[in-house]
Amino acid sequence: MVDFAQPENAFKPGLPGAAEPACRVVPKYSDQGEREGDWLEISMGPQHPSTHGVFRMDLVLEGETVIRLKPVFGYLHRNHEKIAEQTTYLSSMPYTDRLDYFCSMTNNWAYALAVEKLAGLQVPERAEYIRIITAELTRLQNHACLMGFLMQDLGAMGTPLMYAFREREKILDLFEALSGARMMCNYMRFGGCRIDLPPGWLEQTRRLVADFPRFLDEFEALLTGNEIVMARLQGVGALSRELAINAGISGPMLRASGVNYDIRKVDQYGIYNRFEFRVPLGAHGDCYDRFMLRLLEMRESLRILEPALKDIPSGPIIDARAKLRNFKPRPGEAYGRIEAPKGELGFYLVSDGSANPYRYRVRPPSLINLTILEDLCLGQKVADVVIILGSVDIVLGEVDR
Amino acid sequence: MTPWSTLLALAGDATGSWLAQLKNLATHPWVVNLVAMAVILGANAAFFAVITLLERKGLGRIQNRPGPNRAGPFGILQPAADGIKMITKEDIVPERADQLVHFLAPLVMLAPITLALAVLPYGPQLVAVNLDAGVLFFFAIGTAGELAAFMAGWSSRNKYSLLGAMRAIAQMISFELPLVLSTLVVIMMTGSMSLVEIVAGQGSAAWGLPGWNIFTPWGLAGFLIFLTAAAAESNRSPFDLPEGESEIIGGFMTEYSGFKYAVFFMAEYFGMFAVSGLGITLFLGGWHAPFPFLEWVPGIFWYVAKLVALVFGFIWIRGTLPRLRADQLMNFSWKFLMPLALLNFATAILWHATAGWQFPGAWLCRWLVCFGIVAGAFTGLGRAMLRRRQVGPRIYRYAS
Repeated sequence: MVDFAQPENAFKPGLPGAAEPACRVVPKYSDQGEREGDWLEISMGPQHPSTHGVFRMDLVLEGETVIRLKPVFGYLHRNHEKIAEQTTYLSSMPYTDRLDYFCSMTNNWAYALAVEKLAGLQVPERAEYIRIITAELTRLQNHACLMGFLMQDLGAMGTPLMYAFREREKILDLFEALSGARMMCNYMRFGGCRIDLPPGWLEQTRRLVADFPRFLDEFEALLTGNEIVMARLQGVGALSRELAINAGISGPMLRASGVNYDIRKVDQYGIYNRFEFRVPLGAHGDCYDRFMLRLLEMRESLRILEPALKDIPSGPIIDARAKLRNFKPRPGEAYGRIEAPKGELGFYLVSDGSANPYRYRVRPPSLINLTILEDLCLGQKVADVVIILGSVDIVLGEVDR
Repeated sequence: MTPWSTLLALAGDATGSWLAQLKNLATHPWVVNLVAMAVILGANAAFFAVITLLERKGLGRIQNRPGPNRAGPFGILQPAADGIKMITKEDIVPERADQLVHFLAPLVMLAPITLALAVLPYGPQLVAVNLDAGVLFFFAIGTAGELAAFMAGWSSRNKYSLLGAMRAIAQMISFELPLVLSTLVVIMMTGSMSLVEIVAGQGSAAWGLPGWNIFTPWGLAGFLIFLTAAAAESNRSPFDLPEGESEIIGGFMTEYSGFKYAVFFMAEYFGMFAVSGLGITLFLGGWHAPFPFLEWVPGIFWYVAKLVALVFGFIWIRGTLPRLRADQLMNFSWKFLMPLALLNFATAILWHATAGWQFPGAWLCRWLVCFGIVAGAFTGLGRAMLRRRQVGPRIYRYAS
């Protein structure tokens, strides 16, 4: 194997007349150590149409086959964790919206869950229902858009994406009516939710949930049986069960590899134990399984939403003991985690009894699911890299924090 | 006689009236060809503008959005706005690009396609150059596009451009074969390489039905193969790998901007018009009206109507299908389209050999037998390809 760290291996003198190397190439050696030619090194990103944000992959190619891939991130680093340690608990809440900016509701929930564990707060029943409803709506819109983005990466000219965005708009309208913001909801509070549901919101949500299967059927009919989609996605980027477990993969990606691990079932946080839903599992762990699993999970989300919207009780929406001002939890530590649409989203908090957390740590599913990107991509074609990246489902706001 | 000497002779001829001089000048082959060239360029450029608007509007409607609707009523001035934008944009050439080749590539792309457009018959008398080997000329000149793609990719000194050029050449060469093979059947059955004669051979058949080649089994199969290969040849979705926007950004056009990019864009559309035009000429009866009672409508109308229909088909496919991968594309061309195109030869021979059948229903019988061969091969090959790749629908289980 070539030592890529050696400067002579990384650079080749430029063409005559060029002041610097014109093209960065990696020399290729035969088994006998003779120079055979060059491998092409491509820096895919940070400005690339399909890296889903500012993310870079350093690829080394032989023809179009990937023989080495190095993910480079940090372009969107905002010092989230350190900033959160300098401010009070509550003022980090709107900042969690910006982690995974597609799923602000679940981010809020995970953070609220950690603080509630720390401070020993109880969440009223109505608030638990609202949390479940908003979280499952978030899952619906996240999965629908992911499938759209994946099809965009496949070159489908945005048509599936626009179909998915049509549905997402309806869900964002609901979030706007609920919290005043479409994406940065900042809705949950420690011990409950910020404000009660506006009048008519439940009716509107029920209508959306009733209409949603039609969209899913349409999506499924148009996409899942398409031969090009199957040929492009099946057998590409297969993730073995062992690697998925060892690398700490979570969420739909883990379940696509056949591991039955859904935190909604394992932890039964909130009131998930009251609802009947199934956990779909993949057998191959390839891109198609990851794609299909999201579709099936959306159907299960609807199965949670229907009874939740029917049974939601009236009552307070926030724990009476919860203090908004002068909130100082007792010293200790807590880890709150939920099944976010992208995987296990956890917040680890250490309190020293002051108004600010002593340590604030996010376990972002996007980042940890991204760590095995090279294992998935080796031996695949360039065109597959963007699909594999798309099927991992990342949001760079969460990867870089 | 060169145009220069013609002009000198005309200027020196003081005896004739100026009208006669003008007539002499106007019927001179050089002038005729120049005018024809100008008309072809102008008409296709205008058509290009209309089609870009149609494409953007059509894609918009397919994607649940209105499409361009700001420039002029219903956005009809959008092509003008696009054109102004393209021309006024800064023309960026990479510092270390091969300046000359980088400059030439768009022109090398556009010029041959314009020449290819010249041999197509647009109407009964509307053919700029009536070549005896029009089909041959069309393919020979059309291949220059590969050179241009390679020039653009190589001279840009960009890795994405190089990958795009690599893909473009591999794809165009692979799909040239099924394209030519599907065309050869028509040449074989018509017995002529002249596009004008091929169209003339597709007049009305019996009972007032159109005698287009597409209504024969070999013609239908040939047309479908031709259309698929034509989409790949003109880099249209689902074979738009050389651009591969989501993978390799813009392919060989990555480093082009401003008017050079516009020329590439125009060449791509001209290429689409040219292959669609060839398809119309070979299989869809060229400028012939579908029914005899409609023959009073000028031939150019039918030609343009068929062209719009074909191009709209391409737009529809673009808004619908995802893209193939490079190796799948090659497999598709060599292992699927090529055998089908070769089998189509056998079908055509069978069709020709059974032309003497006289019993009642013979035509239908011949049709079904010949088409059955191609259709059977189509399904068989397709299934075999999917099975070998172990691709198919899956059933998912749920955790207990």
